[in-house]
Order: sequence, then C-alpha cells, then structure tokens
Amino acid sequence: MPTLLTAFPDFRQLSDRRGRPWRTSDRPSTPAPGSAHVGQGNGVVRLKVNGDVYEVGVPEHYTLLETLRYGIGLTGSKQGCDKGDCGACTVLADGHPILSCITPVWEAEAFEVRTVEGLADGTRPHPVQDEFDLNGAAQCGFCTPGILCSAVALLDRNQSPTRDEIREALSGNLCRCTGYTKIYDAVEAAAGRLREGAP
Amino acid sequence: MAVIRDMIPAFELFQPTTLQDALALLAEYGDEGWALAGGLDSFDWFKDRVKRPTAVVDLAGIESLRGVRPWGDGIEIGAMTTLTDVIENEDVQSRYGLLREAASHVATPQIRNAGTLGGNLCQDTRCWYYRSGWPCYRAGGNTCYASAREAMNREHCVMGARRCVAVNPSDVAPALIALDAQMVIAGRRGERVVDAEDFFIGPAIDITRMTVLKPGEVLTSVRIPPDYAGATFYFEKVRDRQSWDFALAAVATAMVTSGGNIQRARVAVNGVAPYPVRLENVERVVAGRPVSEETAEAGGAVATDGAKPLRHNDYKVALLENLVRRSLRGTEA
Ligand SMILES: Cc1cc2nc3c(=O)[nH]c(=O)nc-3n(C[C@H](O)[C@H](O)[C@H](O)COP(=O)(O)OP(=O)(O)OC[C@H]3O[C@@H](n4cnc5c(N)ncnc54)[C@H](O)[C@@H]3O)c2cc1C
Ligand code: FES
Ligand code: FES
Repeated sequence: MPTLLTAFPDFRQLSDRRGRPWRTSDRPSTPAPGSAHVGQGNGVVRLKVNGDVYEVGVPEHYTLLETLRYGIGLTGSKQGCDKGDCGACTVLADGHPILSCITPVWEAEAFEVRTVEGLADGTRPHPVQDEFDLNGAAQCGFCTPGILCSAVALLDRNQSPTRDEIREALSGNLCRCTGYTKIYDAVEAAAGRLREGAP
Repeated sequence: MAVIRDMIPAFELFQPTTLQDALALLAEYGDEGWALAGGLDSFDWFKDRVKRPTAVVDLAGIESLRGVRPWGDGIEIGAMTTLTDVIENEDVQSRYGLLREAASHVATPQIRNAGTLGGNLCQDTRCWYYRSGWPCYRAGGNTCYASAREAMNREHCVMGARRCVAVNPSDVAPALIALDAQMVIAGRRGERVVDAEDFFIGPAIDITRMTVLKPGEVLTSVRIPPDYAGATFYFEKVRDRQSWDFALAAVATAMVTSGGNIQRARVAVNGVAPYPVRLENVERVVAGRPVSEETAEAGGAVATDGAKPLRHNDYKVALLENLVRRSLRGTEA
C-alpha cells in the first residue's frame, strides 16, 4: 500500500473527477493549512511518485517539475533550461524518460512518476548510481539525476546495451563537464553488474 | 521553501474526456483558446509569455484520439499517439518504415516519449525572431526581421517565402506527404479530410498559421493508405548536432519499383520552406526511369528549381539537391 503523504481529506472526492469535463476554477482554491505548497493553489493534483501518493495544491499552469520541486520538495530533478533543451529534469513516466519541466502537471496524474530519489533500493544505491561513483561519471553533478533516470530506463529493458544503444538512450541529456565517456563507461559497468544478478 | 517565480501567465485549464466536449470548449473560447497535446511546443510559448491563451483545452484525456488501428488496407493513427508509440508500432515498422525513420529523427528520446503525432504536425515554426516575441508579419506585425539585411537567417527558407521566411520544423510531415497520407480534422460542424500536402500552408495563404486548422478545429487522426506500404523508402535529415536539433533540411522519398524501373515516386522535403514541400517536378522526372545514378542526377537537378536563398543560407540549395539525389538511388535509409 502506498502512503498518502500530503493529504487534503476534504478534497478526496477530487480524485474521482476523471470522466467528466471540469474547469480548474471549480476546484477548491486554497490548499489545506500545512500544505507543502507555497504558491497560490488553484486545485489539488494527485500524483504517484516513487511508490507514494501525493496530493498537492498547485496552479493550473504548473509543470510536473515545479510540483516535484516546490510542491513536494523532491529537488533531485533539476531545473536547467526549463524549456526542453537539456534533459536535467528527466524523470520516468511509467518507466519512460520524459522532461518534467515541460510536462503539464495535470497530465502526470495518468502515470506513475519515478525520480532520481526513487532509484535506490532503500539505502542501497542502484548499480548505475554505484558505478557513476566508481567511474567518476559525475563532476558538477547537475546533469546526473536526469542521466541516471535515462540510464535506468534503458537498463530496465535491455541489460546488454551496445555502446551505441547507450549513446542513443542518453542522447537527450546534456553534460557540460564530463565529455560523456565516463558516463558511458559507468552505464556499461552497471549493465555488467545487472547481468551478473546485482540487485 | 524556495520562492516560486511563476513563469507562465495563468490560464484556465480544461481536461475534457470526449472530443465533443473539447470542440465545444474550443469553440467557446475561439482565438483565446489553445489545444494542448504533449505540451512541448505549447509550454515553450507559454513560458516565454509570448502566447497567452485564456483557456487551455488538454486533449490528453480523450482516449479515442490515441493509438494505431487498421483503416481499410492502410492504417489510421490517432493524433494523440506519442511519437515513441508510432515508432514502436509493428505495422508502422513493417509497412511504413519511412514514418518510423522520420519519427525517430525527432529531437530526443524524452521528447518522443511525450510529444504526440498531432502536436508534431501542428507545431509552430522555430524562427527565433518570431519565437522571441518580435512583432513580425507572422505575429501580426508589419516586417520580417529574418530577411532584413543584417539578419541571421542560416536556418531560414530557400523557397515558398512570401514576406515570412520561416521554415516548418516537423520531421514527420514530409514522410506523411511521401506516403500520401490524409489528415482527419474535426470541428463544430463535423469532419473534413485533407491530403497531407494540403494540410500545411505557406504565408501566401495565411501568414499567421502553419496549417489549415482554424481556431476551434482539432486534428483527430492521420490515415495512411496502402499505396506506398512496403515501398523503397529513404529518409535523411541534416542537422548541426546528431541529437535534439531541428532539420536544416530533410528529405522523405517513397518509390515503387518494378523490374528495376521507378513506377511511381513521391518526394517531400522540409526545413527549406514555410511548409513541407512536395517536389512534383522531381517525381515527374524520375517516373518510368530505371533506378540509376543518371535518374538520381536528373531528379536532383530539378529539386531546387526556383530556389531563392537568403544571405546566409545558400548552402541549403546544394544540400537539398544532394539529399534529393541520394534519396533516388534506390538504396534505403
Ligand atoms: C527541444 C525540442 C526539440 C525538438 N526537436 C524536434 C525535431 O528535431 N524535429 C521535429 O520534428 N520536432 C521537434 N520538436 C518538436 C516536437 O516534436 C514537438 O514540439 C512536439 O511534437 C509537439 O507535440 P506536443 O504533443 O508536445 O504538442 P503541443 O506542444 O501540446 O502542441 C503543439 C501545437 O499544436 C497544436 N496541437 C497539438 N495537437 C493538436 C491537435 N490534435 N489538433 C489541433 N491542434 C493541435 C497545439 O495547439 C500547439 O499549437 C522539438 C521540440 C523541442 C521542445
Ligand atoms: S530543465 Fe527540462 S530539459 Fe532542461
Ligand atoms: S557533470 Fe556537470 S553537467 Fe554533467
């Protein structure tokens, strides 16, 4: 059972509104006291993130990234260009990498979100995270959360990727520090560990 | 908590689940309304505060607009199908490889996972003068900054200009024209179907729009007939970087050959005009000829008839000629 982390008990019925057209202004306009949200709430969005369910008050024009960072407080996903041009905000939607900076948050109710915070298994890092560390694949680290998400999406469906497949899978993530070689090395090494049955 | 700098002017959001509701909302708001698909182009405009719709109608909840289904002996693809779902569809892979190739050249994996077929076809031009909010012809003003004497116009058009010199950025559009696809459009007064090549319009017809869609209309699906299924396909896109970049020029060619002769061919290019261009003169020149270097030369030679480069983009003329020639050699790409 996922835990409901930011609850607005009075607004619970809102999650049943799928199936009928609605306007955001019909929704309660003030988030409950104690909400993690700091902006002007125009509605409550219900998101599944890393196995937990969150209900967060947000304005209708919010992106998924803004909701993750400023509504929920998951700041692992980075706000780089905020325009779809860098990949730093990459998160997984039902396992597929997308750019959260340019995803309308209300569309994100339709899928499960996984962010860099949700890659580790409890306190044990994902093999890709480990290998990034061991291979020196992060320098400033700003691109790293997004790249880890793209890499995990690749390794979830292909544990023996060729170098070209790795390059293709990471082609939507810019890194201005490393020159990419060590990043590809790390993903290759992680693939090896996963093939050997690493958890 | 961080202080939020709200980037986007507020709008009213609607999430209808039926096409009828969406059409009613878009009709109600007219010019003030905005259809939202994956949001990649839309949110770019909103964040720049250049486009400020009062009402945004999100099409994502309308299930009937999603998916690939048979249509006679061809296929019909819902406008809200993501580019990744188009690329991974078995029918598209086995019979319409040209569309698969074109869609997989769009941007990056993340953008293909969220960007829809309809959004890719309806996307606005990327001319940076226009995108930056300059009051050019396309934005309702009375000048074109990109064709001014000192303008940077390396990415702009070499044909089809009329006051505006921006190009259509879609990689998928020329592939659909080469496959002789049809666009299904729904409006308050019912449905109309237009050929892919007529769906896109240039500034001579309406300088403020990229397609025939009027405010309030929705592209519901794309139909691809069987005529060019399994033909010899060629798609090539030239860009400055191998990822992320829009095309400097792209070519999509479908050829049906028999006994080493080209029976019929359809050739379309993009990135060179304000709309994707079907090169009928090339098609006429090569039809009935053997698949050969001479035929490819002859086709390439007429590809740029009437081209008028700007100050910084004459390279596009040679580029286009070469791309068209390569697309006619009978080798697949
Ligand atoms: C960084 C970046 C790089 C890109 N590179 C490329 C590239 O190399 N090649 C390429 O081809 N594209 C590229 N694109 C464009 C991208 O593919 C499109 O922006 C995207 O497909 C738009 O689709 P969307 O589903 O996000 O639509 P949206 O952004 O939501 O919509 C785009 C426009 O189409 C209208 N619209 C959408 N669907 C419909 C419909 N069914 N009926 C009527 N109107 C509709 C919307 O009102 C809006 O005006 C790039 C985009 C970005 C952000
Ligand atoms: S922050 Fe989303 S792509 Fe740059
Ligand atoms: S490590 Fe600095 S951008 Fe990649």
